[in-house]
Amino acid sequence: MSVLIDNDTKLVVSGITGREGTFHALNNQRYGTNVVAGVTPGKAGQDVEGIPVFNTFRDAVAETGANVAMIFVPPRFAADSILEAADAGIPLVICITEGIPAHDELRVYTQLQRTGTRLVGPNCPGILSPGKANVGIIPASFFKEGNVGVVSRSGTLTYQIGNTLAQAGFGNSSIVGIGGDPVPGSSFIDIIELFQADDQTELIVLSGEIGGDAEERAAEYIADNVTKPVVAYIAGFTAPPGKTMGHAGAIVSGSKGTAAAKAEALESKGVRVGRTPTEVADLAMEILGR
Amino acid sequence: MDLLEYQGKQLFARHGIPVPDGRPARTVDEAVAAAKEVGFPCAIKAQVKIGGRGKAGGIKIASDEDEAREHSGAILGMDIKGFTVHEVWVETAAPQIESEYYASIVFDRGAKAPLIMLSTQGGMDIEEVADTNPGAIATLHVDPLLGFQDYHGRRLAFEAGVDADLVRPVGAFLHQLYGTFIAEEALLVEVNPLIVTPERKVAALDAKVTLDDNALFRHPDNANLRDPSDEDPQEQMAHERGLTYVKLDGDIGILGNGAGLVMSTLDVVAHYGGAPANFLDAGGGSKAEAITSAVEVILSDDKVKAVLFNIFGGITRCDEVANGLIEAFKTLEPSVPFVVRLDGTNDVEGRRILADADLPNVTTAATMDEAAQKVVALAKGEVLA
Ligand SMILES: Nc1ncnc2c1ncn2[C@@H]1O[C@H](COP(=O)(O)OP(=O)(O)OP(=O)(O)O)[C@@H](O)[C@H]1O
Ligand SMILES: [Mg+2]
Repeated sequence: MSVLIDNDTKLVVSGITGREGTFHALNNQRYGTNVVAGVTPGKAGQDVEGIPVFNTFRDAVAETGANVAMIFVPPRFAADSILEAADAGIPLVICITEGIPAHDELRVYTQLQRTGTRLVGPNCPGILSPGKANVGIIPASFFKEGNVGVVSRSGTLTYQIGNTLAQAGFGNSSIVGIGGDPVPGSSFIDIIELFQADDQTELIVLSGEIGGDAEERAAEYIADNVTKPVVAYIAGFTAPPGKTMGHAGAIVSGSKGTAAAKAEALESKGVRVGRTPTEVADLAMEILGR
Repeated sequence: MDLLEYQGKQLFARHGIPVPDGRPARTVDEAVAAAKEVGFPCAIKAQVKIGGRGKAGGIKIASDEDEAREHSGAILGMDIKGFTVHEVWVETAAPQIESEYYASIVFDRGAKAPLIMLSTQGGMDIEEVADTNPGAIATLHVDPLLGFQDYHGRRLAFEAGVDADLVRPVGAFLHQLYGTFIAEEALLVEVNPLIVTPERKVAALDAKVTLDDNALFRHPDNANLRDPSDEDPQEQMAHERGLTYVKLDGDIGILGNGAGLVMSTLDVVAHYGGAPANFLDAGGGSKAEAITSAVEVILSDDKVKAVLFNIFGGITRCDEVANGLIEAFKTLEPSVPFVVRLDGTNDVEGRRILADADLPNVTTAATMDEAAQKVVALAKGEVLA
């Protein structure tokens, strides 16, 4: 299997008539993803190379049975589009848009907890389940099917690590970009839980970076709930410390958030941390024995 | 975007939060004139975007014109934790302060909700209070879809041990502060100290505000508060060209696409013994012109002895990057060596374009590790085998 997207995915793309939206929707379709619809208000009845466009998510779902939404609209419209997709009953929304206001993200996150909709992103490269489906902007040709699940906060770093693994002979069950925004819809923990339950996945690679405490939380979760091996990478050891103005940040987070603190938190729970992307592949080889 | 204290106070005033009357001043004469307008005694306060100004000597009370001249002269031009004071804020001094409280609202990423904090032990040592007596700080998360309720204010005030007669005014203050936090789309609003006067009134004597850059399109007035002179000249140049650039101390210029990959590149260069001169994210979908601008920004730092290009194309196409680099060499004729690693979308094409151009002083590398090792050697003046 794989996680989140596969051969049963029926994708609806919000923003499909925009330049980037068209390009990537068609790219995903060419990979084999079943792209069933697009949504652009006021453009119902048109199509994008045969993919029908609807005014609303409700119409798209009613007509096509879409079960995954990809959001490709500019930041000022993105929160609204995510909420509309959730309201139409779509269980999984993947938001590629970068630059959404933080307070919008907070309202969206809180509302989606109530509707039970899963959001991946925003500001993420999407999800790729090699050989099955690609939703987003991950350059799929670099990856093949296999037993390593990857979850990452950064787009291009995901490609780098995935590629290093591929060169070492590994394929992937799924590659999930959760995005680097202040309020990601899905956390490392949410995705690791899926990989733990997925029988295709034999090794989980977590790629984190400085800021926030998502990696520290993931370390705790892994210690208590994950039996599969996990290898991690943290970017930002040489990043300069940000200058903080107020006291509130320090009161809330203390010394959390640095790369060293994150690596230490993970290692203390038995997760091995590679210092470079190449070291991650070396550790994977050691663990899976190739 | 961080605001200066007085910009924060002006924002507070718009939302009905009580703040002292004041004027900004950039010279001693302006400061003295401002002091005469607000009256004596007045507080003369360094305007820099960093906390702990009081402890650093950046805040002084002047009781007459001579003192106003003396204090503003001492504070203007002063260095506070690496920030030079170019401006002071001259405001009415609170004649008597009964207590200094602490109040803040922060965008709590971990809890995914605004976090309100209140303490009766505010003032310049609040960090110590947080360390030694965290129970003295009352905290509460607000449901973002419900918003602030009056009972939130009461609960915080009672838990913080606020005097009975101040529970209502402190609650009302927090309500207004929350309103400001939401309306202005702030990531932080902090008031330290929130003072209690002998008349049992509360007022904000300090303001630390951080706004969300991504939301500035909805707040044009706030967007105008951005001060380009805050930024290092190279950072400013990068900003104008839509690039993310942070200057560092080393001698190896770095360009990559995507923040995570660039951070990782810095780490790998450091891992092989090099010192990065900058962080530069040319962004997703880097076009040829963006690459030329980026090279110009990197080379404007004259400490740079060698440059590393680390590209993994997704939206970014390697052929575009190669063409951008060739263009940059034509216009800028760099005198330092470059190491280029191209992988991802259209990498074969990109590498061929570079090989055909046969640029002087450009070495290619097949992997990130190899690229890092080469650039570290070149920066040390070694000749590559
Ligand atoms: N207008 C004023 N009247 C009287 N005293 C003042 C005034 N402004 C500031 N002070 C005194 O100076 C102290 C420090 O000022 P303020 O809090 O504005 O700056 P700060 O040192 O940068 O703050 P922080 O320590 O929170 O970073 C206050 O706690 C207060 O005692
Ligand atoms: Mg203060």
